[in-house]
Amino acid sequence: MSQRPEDDAWLVRPATIKLLWRVLWAVLALTLAAHFVITVKGHFGIEIWYGFGAAFGFLCCLLMVLVAKVLGFLLKRNENYYQGDQDDV
Amino acid sequence: MFDLLPPALILLAGALLVGPLRGHWRSAAVLITPLITLWAVWQVPDGVSLTLPFLGYQIEPLEGSALRRLFATIFSLMAFVGGLYAFRQAKWYELAAGYAYAAGAIGVCFAGDLITLFLFWELMALFSTVIVWCGGTPGARAAGIRYAIMHLLGGVILKVGIEGVYVHTGSLDIQPMLATNFDTWMILIGILINAAAPPLSAWLADAYPESSPTGSVFLSAFTTKTAVLALILLFPGEPVLIWVGIYMIMYGIIYALLENDARRILAYSIVNQVGFMVCAIGIGTELALNGAAAHAFAHIVYKALLFMSAGVVIYRTGKSKCTDLGGLFRTMPLTTVCGIIGALSISSFPLTSGFTTKTMISQAAADGGLVTVYFLLAAASAGVFLHAGIKFPWFVFFQKDSGLRPKDAPWNMGIAMVIFAAICLILGIFPEMLYQYLPYPVDYIPYKAGKVVFYLQLLLFSGLAFFLLLPLMKRTLTISLDVDWLWRVLAFRIGSALYTRLSVTGSKLEAMVQQNLITLTTFTRRYLGVGKSEASRGLFARTWPIGTTALWIAVLLTAYMVVYFL
Repeated sequence: MSQRPEDDAWLVRPATIKLLWRVLWAVLALTLAAHFVITVKGHFGIEIWYGFGAAFGFLCCLLMVLVAKVLGFLLKRNENYYQGDQDDV
Repeated sequence: MFDLLPPALILLAGALLVGPLRGHWRSAAVLITPLITLWAVWQVPDGVSLTLPFLGYQIEPLEGSALRRLFATIFSLMAFVGGLYAFRQAKWYELAAGYAYAAGAIGVCFAGDLITLFLFWELMALFSTVIVWCGGTPGARAAGIRYAIMHLLGGVILKVGIEGVYVHTGSLDIQPMLATNFDTWMILIGILINAAAPPLSAWLADAYPESSPTGSVFLSAFTTKTAVLALILLFPGEPVLIWVGIYMIMYGIIYALLENDARRILAYSIVNQVGFMVCAIGIGTELALNGAAAHAFAHIVYKALLFMSAGVVIYRTGKSKCTDLGGLFRTMPLTTVCGIIGALSISSFPLTSGFTTKTMISQAAADGGLVTVYFLLAAASAGVFLHAGIKFPWFVFFQKDSGLRPKDAPWNMGIAMVIFAAICLILGIFPEMLYQYLPYPVDYIPYKAGKVVFYLQLLLFSGLAFFLLLPLMKRTLTISLDVDWLWRVLAFRIGSALYTRLSVTGSKLEAMVQQNLITLTTFTRRYLGVGKSEASRGLFARTWPIGTTALWIAVLLTAYMVVYFL
């Protein structure tokens, strides 16, 4: 099934993916712009800061991915880890 | 007295009918009994409406309240849609076990006393194990045994607590309590084991993904959510639950991020979502308990929807690992769209049921002045979008072209998914439909412009983080160790080591005994036994002339007489 990328489903053509990225950036910019118009009534003051939600969300995800990565070194094992033991039984 | 028939018994009757019936009759039984059950659930009035003597106790198998009916409603609905999803593909005994399992859950909903609660609790443990076994693989068999051990252990702990409470207070009523003494702690621990709370969370992600594509849909709904209901009824406002919940939330996110199996990702996110509810129960205000109940309702729907879409993929392709899947949106548009709706709901995206229910919990934390909890919940919302909201659909339906071109869902599975996807959206757009059935009056407006902007920023930038960090999240053919490693591996190794030691010592001991036995035998033979020649025999083994014996007797008699006269 060797086909040119242009023949594949619309959603995965390079041109579409480029478009989708642009849409994503535009939507992100829009949510930040909305912050000028709409007051975010925070519960603890800090949320009123401009773009707090955006920064908080992004940084939390970054932190979680990194923590998962580090814990992964400790916790990840080969898929057959437990099966190997069961053979001994 | 038909109007007082416990709803659980109706569904249990349905479970019993599935076996003997055939063909269309069986399909009819599968599809109609949950609807009759649903009707019966709404006939249960507030308060205790049935009292029975049982082993010398007065038990109350039917007690109604708004909260109990809400949970029973979603369990009946789940049985109906789950039955619709499964009835053409699943084995009859899996369907029967699924309905008996659901009947157990509904029984717990209406249990007016701790004995009834315990009986239905064990019914669930029993039949959920059968569903895990219906996976049919050696892996499913082993996971089912581990699952059963864990739940029977949980049941024993719960039983100890119940007996303690009865002995010390004389009451079996289900009423709010706090974990202040041994008895109440035992009850709390017994319930928390079913909620997959730490340190015993591993059973969930161990067992659920081993079941059949249809079985995991049933499993996702009942056990953890009856535990949530039991916690709302028994331990509202128990402070320890706040931190148990937060731990579950973070545990779910981290493990789901590390996971490769699509259904195991969803299983970890059950722990994560139940964490939100447990945390809310710990906060314990009316808004928090409303939030926990509403979130449980919404969660059952979208989590079942996610398991259904994963189930269709596994049913059609036989594969469940992210590394084997990808690009399925080309031929499975319906499953993809339903999966995405479920994923957006679990991420509490605005206009989905997750947003209108989960934000109640955040609001309750804010109202209670719990700053840390509030921000951890917000961080967790971002994390949910990361680990389930994008990760699941991305790796299953998009990602790369795996070359798989499976057909879309069979019609019954498709209808089941569409029903639940519609409920996700309806509850997101018209939240009052759910709010009016919550246990306490609702004075909460989910859609405030500022809050929507905050959540959109939070979620969309999490999405950005996901795509920017994709290289860090490359799927690997691995599993992740959990606390169950302690008994599955460590205890096993200690056991084997002890066994080896013991057998070495044992064989040494045996060799010693053998050696001594040989010496002893030679010795005995020599002095008592029969040797080859007269000379080789021991002193007492030789043949003596009769005169010698007579002489000895004379000597002994003389000695006796001498002693006597002295």
